[in-house]
Amino acid sequence: MALSREDVDHIALLARLHLSDEEKERYRRQLSDILAHVDKLKELDTAAVQPMSSVAVPQSRLRPDEPSPAMPRADLLGNAPDTAAEQFRVPPVLDGGP
Amino acid sequence: MSELHSLSVSQILNGLAAGDFSSRELAQAYLKRIAALNPRLNAYLYVDAAGALAAAEAADRQRAGAKDPAGLPPLLGLPIAVKDVLAVAGMPATCGSRILEGFVPSYNATSVQRLLDAGVVILGKTNTDEFAMGSSTENSAYGITRNPWDEERVPGGSSGGSAAAVAAGLAPAALGTDTGGSVRQPAAFCGLSGLKTSYGRVSRYGLVAFGSSLDTVGVLAHSAQDAALVLNAMAGYDPRDATTLEQPAPNIHLNGNASVKGLRIGVPREYFIEGLQPEVEAAVRAAIAQFEQLGAQVQEVSLPHTAYALPVYYIIAPAEASANLARFDGVRYGLRIEQDNLIEMFSRTRGQGFGPEVKRRVMIGTYALSAGYYDAYYGQAQKVRTLIRDDFARVFEQVDLIAAPATPGSAFPIGAHAEDPLQMYLEDVFTLPANLAGVPGLSIPAGFDSTGLPLGLQLLGPYFSEERLLAAAHAYQQASDHHTRRPQL
Repeated sequence: MALSREDVDHIALLARLHLSDEEKERYRRQLSDILAHVDKLKELDTAAVQPMSSVAVPQSRLRPDEPSPAMPRADLLGNAPDTAAEQFRVPPVLDGGP
Repeated sequence: MSELHSLSVSQILNGLAAGDFSSRELAQAYLKRIAALNPRLNAYLYVDAAGALAAAEAADRQRAGAKDPAGLPPLLGLPIAVKDVLAVAGMPATCGSRILEGFVPSYNATSVQRLLDAGVVILGKTNTDEFAMGSSTENSAYGITRNPWDEERVPGGSSGGSAAAVAAGLAPAALGTDTGGSVRQPAAFCGLSGLKTSYGRVSRYGLVAFGSSLDTVGVLAHSAQDAALVLNAMAGYDPRDATTLEQPAPNIHLNGNASVKGLRIGVPREYFIEGLQPEVEAAVRAAIAQFEQLGAQVQEVSLPHTAYALPVYYIIAPAEASANLARFDGVRYGLRIEQDNLIEMFSRTRGQGFGPEVKRRVMIGTYALSAGYYDAYYGQAQKVRTLIRDDFARVFEQVDLIAAPATPGSAFPIGAHAEDPLQMYLEDVFTLPANLAGVPGLSIPAGFDSTGLPLGLQLLGPYFSEERLLAAAHAYQQASDHHTRRPQL
């Protein structure tokens, strides 16, 4: 199926991905080609097929609730672009913030 | 004794035990060769020369001080390379991406930690397609890696740095990861034995996630025997990865008497299709004939949904990637493009930090998961994935292993698929199905094309059949010498 420029704008917004106009046009074209290939899946009647949501046989079980060492705070903060008062610092979430 | 850099893992372990050379001499030999050849090949993104020498010296001391050599760690003093999507404490982990530039994890991936516990010496981190998305290592933000057999060609990908390093004698073995063929395809292109493990066999803790229902940690080495030694040390249940199974770790030791007598090998007709390079088909058929001569029973089988693996994969893998890569947002690590508000900061950071292929897959995945399209794309892909898994289950009731080509052709020229992502995706048609089904696979050298490029045979087995796969490959490698050839550099 062919994507429109509006589709691409919408996906890029959902993905939090800033794209140039040139990139948007390229991805519009390439995604349309890839999705056309993927449309082959519609040939198959899967009404009676269960979706495969995991590979391994689920063996979920509870583990003992015991405290174990966490990663040192300094190590984790050390990789961050901006920190303050032992926390990650980010720009204002809403316009007009401090 | 041949030069140190051309020894196999088992030769190295024997030589160290016999005192023929020290771990330090070995590490020095590899570091010297890396210094000479890596500027040409760009197999390594990061080399830890000081750390490797220190670890090698510690290994030598441990060996010298051991009262009982049998009690020493099994891989003591063995140098190894690690794909740059796995965390090694204190070494950068870029995943081949600008968005992780400067990120230095403070912990080891479980696979890495277990190898360190087994005594390995880590030489450095190897190049990869960005976040392991690609089949050529051309998608790395840190330059392409060249194929040691022909430097104008790609080494395959995404574990292309690991493959080039082992093929060129810059490491005797390397860790790779395989989400859709990223160990087996570069192994085929570089003349190596590349093991993709069963889903749940090796912990992914400390592996930067790409497609969580597909990602596996594997090994690239010269022989099945070498791959088994590395697998033994790193496989097994890990409480930090809930998808690992509580099975005993494998203890696979391949010696002189491996046999394939009576082994039932299936040859899937859907893998011999238009577009398969005739020389690949000839090499694969010859290898299968050799298995038959060695006593295997060969029969044709059918995996009828093979043609659907590519479209299924290119929905499921990007969908999972788009979710996994949401964590790269400029807050906790790596690149940040400063902006006045949070959403703009996310978008600009990701727009500048991700390369073209990663953006493409994030876009596909986001679309496939978005409201109104989820059932048509992701839901349908998950159902067809069931059909692909059931194909394998049915065939493995008839045969013990599957033998097929690993790739449609030999290594392609650098830049060949630069403008056409779909053509690049088609390079993986023979490797994707194993990831979708979760079964293990192994690519081994099966010959060379007329220009001297390696060709790969792929063996696939039922879930958790690594020992059977490796033993069959070992029997073949005892009767053939393709895996002993090395490129001229």
